[in-house]
Amino acid sequence: MKDFNYHSAKDSKEASKLASSSSAFLAGGMTTIPSMKLGLATYKDLIDIKNIKKLSGIKVSGKSVTIGAATKHVEVSNSKDVKKAIPSLSSLAEGIGDPQVRNRGTIGGSIANNDPSADYPSACIALNATIHTNERKIEATKFFKGMFETALKKGELIEAIEFQIPEKSSYQKHPNPASRYAIVGVYVAKHKGDVNVAVTGAKSCVYNDKEMSKALSGNFSSSSIDGMDLDSSEMNSDMHASAEFRASLVVTQAKKAVDAC
Amino acid sequence: MASLVGSRVERKEDKRFLTGKGRYTADINLANQTYAIFVRSPHARASIKKINIDKALKSSGVVSILTGKEIADDKIGGLIAGWAIRSEDGTEMKCPGNPPLAKDNVNFVGDPIAVVIAESLAEAKEAAEKVEVDYKVLKAVTSTADAMNGDTIHEGIDKNLCFDWLLGDRQKVKEAFDKADKVISIDIINNRLIPNAMEPRACVADYNAASEEITLYTTSQNPHLSRLIMSAFGNVAPEHKLRVVAPDVGGGFGSKINVYNEDIVCSWAAKKINRAIKWVAERSESFLTDIHGRDHVTHAELAVTKDGKFLGFKNETIANLGAYARVFGTVTPTYLFGPCATGVYEIPAAYTNVKAVYTNTAPVDAYRGAGRPEATYTIERLVEKASMELGIDKTELRIKNFPTAFPFKQTLVHTVDSGDYVAGMEKAKQMADYKGFEARRKESEAKGKLRGIGVTSYFEACGIAPSAAVMSLGCGVGLWESAEVRFNPTGQVTVYTGSHSHGQSHQTTFAQIAADELGVPIENIDIVHGDTDKGTFGMGTYGSRSLAVGGIAIVNACKKIVEKGKRVTAKMLEANPEDVEFKDGEFIVSKSNKKKTIGEVAFACYLPGVRDEMKSPLPEGDEPGLKETSFYDPSNFSFPAGTHIAEVEIDPETGHVKLEKYTACDDFGRIINPMVVEGQVHGGLAQGIGQALYENAEYDETGQLMTGSYMDYTMPRADNFPEFNIGYTCTHATTNPLGVKGCGEAGAIAAPPTVMNAVIDALGGQEVTMPATAEKVWKACKNLKKSNAKAA
Repeated sequence: MKDFNYHSAKDSKEASKLASSSSAFLAGGMTTIPSMKLGLATYKDLIDIKNIKKLSGIKVSGKSVTIGAATKHVEVSNSKDVKKAIPSLSSLAEGIGDPQVRNRGTIGGSIANNDPSADYPSACIALNATIHTNERKIEATKFFKGMFETALKKGELIEAIEFQIPEKSSYQKHPNPASRYAIVGVYVAKHKGDVNVAVTGAKSCVYNDKEMSKALSGNFSSSSIDGMDLDSSEMNSDMHASAEFRASLVVTQAKKAVDAC
Repeated sequence: MASLVGSRVERKEDKRFLTGKGRYTADINLANQTYAIFVRSPHARASIKKINIDKALKSSGVVSILTGKEIADDKIGGLIAGWAIRSEDGTEMKCPGNPPLAKDNVNFVGDPIAVVIAESLAEAKEAAEKVEVDYKVLKAVTSTADAMNGDTIHEGIDKNLCFDWLLGDRQKVKEAFDKADKVISIDIINNRLIPNAMEPRACVADYNAASEEITLYTTSQNPHLSRLIMSAFGNVAPEHKLRVVAPDVGGGFGSKINVYNEDIVCSWAAKKINRAIKWVAERSESFLTDIHGRDHVTHAELAVTKDGKFLGFKNETIANLGAYARVFGTVTPTYLFGPCATGVYEIPAAYTNVKAVYTNTAPVDAYRGAGRPEATYTIERLVEKASMELGIDKTELRIKNFPTAFPFKQTLVHTVDSGDYVAGMEKAKQMADYKGFEARRKESEAKGKLRGIGVTSYFEACGIAPSAAVMSLGCGVGLWESAEVRFNPTGQVTVYTGSHSHGQSHQTTFAQIAADELGVPIENIDIVHGDTDKGTFGMGTYGSRSLAVGGIAIVNACKKIVEKGKRVTAKMLEANPEDVEFKDGEFIVSKSNKKKTIGEVAFACYLPGVRDEMKSPLPEGDEPGLKETSFYDPSNFSFPAGTHIAEVEIDPETGHVKLEKYTACDDFGRIINPMVVEGQVHGGLAQGIGQALYENAEYDETGQLMTGSYMDYTMPRADNFPEFNIGYTCTHATTNPLGVKGCGEAGAIAAPPTVMNAVIDALGGQEVTMPATAEKVWKACKNLKKSNAKAA
């Protein structure tokens, strides 16, 4: 690992001020540190945001659950409030990585990284989330731009993620047996009026499957999507799963999620 | 005194391992040490046009940079194959040179080219990045099946063929097949695995200019053997000027048998720079450069009568050696594979033909089971298929072909001294509730799932091995083992063993044996191993040999102690040595109340002239002291055997295979410590099930390792396994005084075919290659649905 300067910011303002074209924000460091160790990324400055109190914590109102960006996965999975308001979000957090990762990794870090097979982005899409940054509010559908790409500008820091509480929801994933990232993860959420079917792992970026959303909005039953033949042309294909297999898994996991709702 | 052999004595080593007090190679830091980083080939096959180290030499903290040229100039030898195998046509095998640092050609990704030695690890890494190597990249050969058609990797080795070996009689097999009612044939791939010991390889080399002695601390399963190879073939130093220490070692599974490039280079370089050098592999280096295991492509056939008697067996295998032939590289796919390929069955005629090929991949060598998992997979997949095609129950078909009497003269090589295969099968069936399977299958079907059951009956030849036998088959060394038992004057015992423990619990089990033999409390017995400066020359630990060979050497040395004790007691108590009996730590003159404890005898041996007695307790011809040595050369291999039964449930929608039940009923002969044996069985099963369902080393066509990290190489985890259902039948080995057989490899040998037979059973007999990943199984489920629809 190359040498770098370490800064611990006391608030968002200071963190933002320290940011430059050769810096990175450091929360759990679950992707940043390994990337640096492997020489895949080098930074002049690492700006630690873990100690910014305002960025941690969970708030539940009647309509939404708001989670601070530096909140760890284990805090989300253990939160009684989250379990009550959106149980599927709590169980998603419980299924990320391993205990070590869950005790360091943060929700903001996961979303800012936007790994195509990460779990949290699907929650953001399914639960009509709003991403609160130090500069603005961004709707989840406009936040995730492409593979490891988000709407965040340099120096812009996620402060919290606000999830809309659905009527029913479930997240089901078919994990990569080695890394346990999602080969395909499907988050189904039934809101008043419409249904979201957010898919992670299948394509280069998380997306809402319109075809399934439509079918389920009409009839919220797994039979309404059973046997659906999804277009696999844009799906990922690697040694763990072909595009064809992923397309099938999207439907299977979506059915499982609907049945689990 | 109650016998300790057979009881669940808690592990003596756990105090240090569980409290972080283990001392592994990476924990060793020497004064003024430097750090080494190896510059490795990023190409699978290339010639080296030029190496420029000018920039790197100027990098901060650099002490020295050494390349293949310097090591060749110093006439340091390369890595070697330990077994000479002869082809069917009588020609000797062909092995390329394998210099510790490549000078002219590189042959796999990770092949080391230069070593950068610096004051700190960070500086060594930084400088290593500045070493410029100009390569001419050549077309790589990576496929096992096609290796013989690829470009010639090593000059003078046609078709990349190391040897084309035959065991058995082709003519007799042809005659047997001519008489057959039916021939069952199968094409299988034994997938390539990466051992993944928990502790990555490491070494620390030191040089003492005054004594001219090199000390190498290294992650080895066999420090004496490493010293011998480094001295006799590596020309690193004469044996008396080379000390090899293998301290606590965190798992080996065969991957730490070999002397590796880094051991030789660091030892040689430490002398050259007259400073200590430390090297610790990163996990990605382990993936690339540790030896890999398995990697066979096999076509096999079984000739049967319609009522299920086996008549003949053919096995045509291509075995991948990787880029170079290493210590057990050539014996693993031959004498450790061929003899066991006919399994636990009486088959009148058989042959195994193996073509061993070179490819531009990491060297392939012995990995837990070494040859016997590949053999067992071949025969047990074939037998399972035969049971389906003949419509005979899989357990009945096996029993029909089991030997009925022991010793069992196995078709190709071995004479199995003892066993009871029918008893093992019956017990396994009971443990697994074999009878209840159909009901469970129906329950699964009702949930929309597919359920399958798989059986394997195996035997293996371990406890390697009689020196005369193995040396006649081409082994470069004898495979005896040594032990030295020393009493201190005040009665505690130190046992030096040539075996090496890297997870096998020798400190406990060997102490149990010595405690029983000597009647000394176990807490007064220390087991010392892993240092060529301590104890006698030893051959190390692999091939489930520690107990069946090393353990017997301890027994024999203890018996010599007892014999001397009897003589000494007789002298002290004025009796005939023949009248002295030894029991529970006491020497008793029979038909009298005269006795001496073993502690008193030891004391007397060291102080032979106590003032009050004014006479020596030592009989004429006996020397003072109480220390005995044994070199034990076994008279035969040992032959553990058993039956394993697995049950899987498959979700046809996702292809997910859930291992529902796993039953292992093994015959390991006498068991020294059931808790330790359970640990060995569990570990072996985890690796065997890993091979069947999860693990796979995959190279792309250019020779890049696609599964070079835990992100892509699936190491199984605890949640992949059910609670294992373990039982034993114990028929004692008749060829050694303890009656022991060996348990370290059985799980890895039996589990792959057991699990795959269950998966394939669930899939209605459709072949699936290992590992049975979700996608492969999903595709098979789709085919099954189609063919079921057609049938309906």
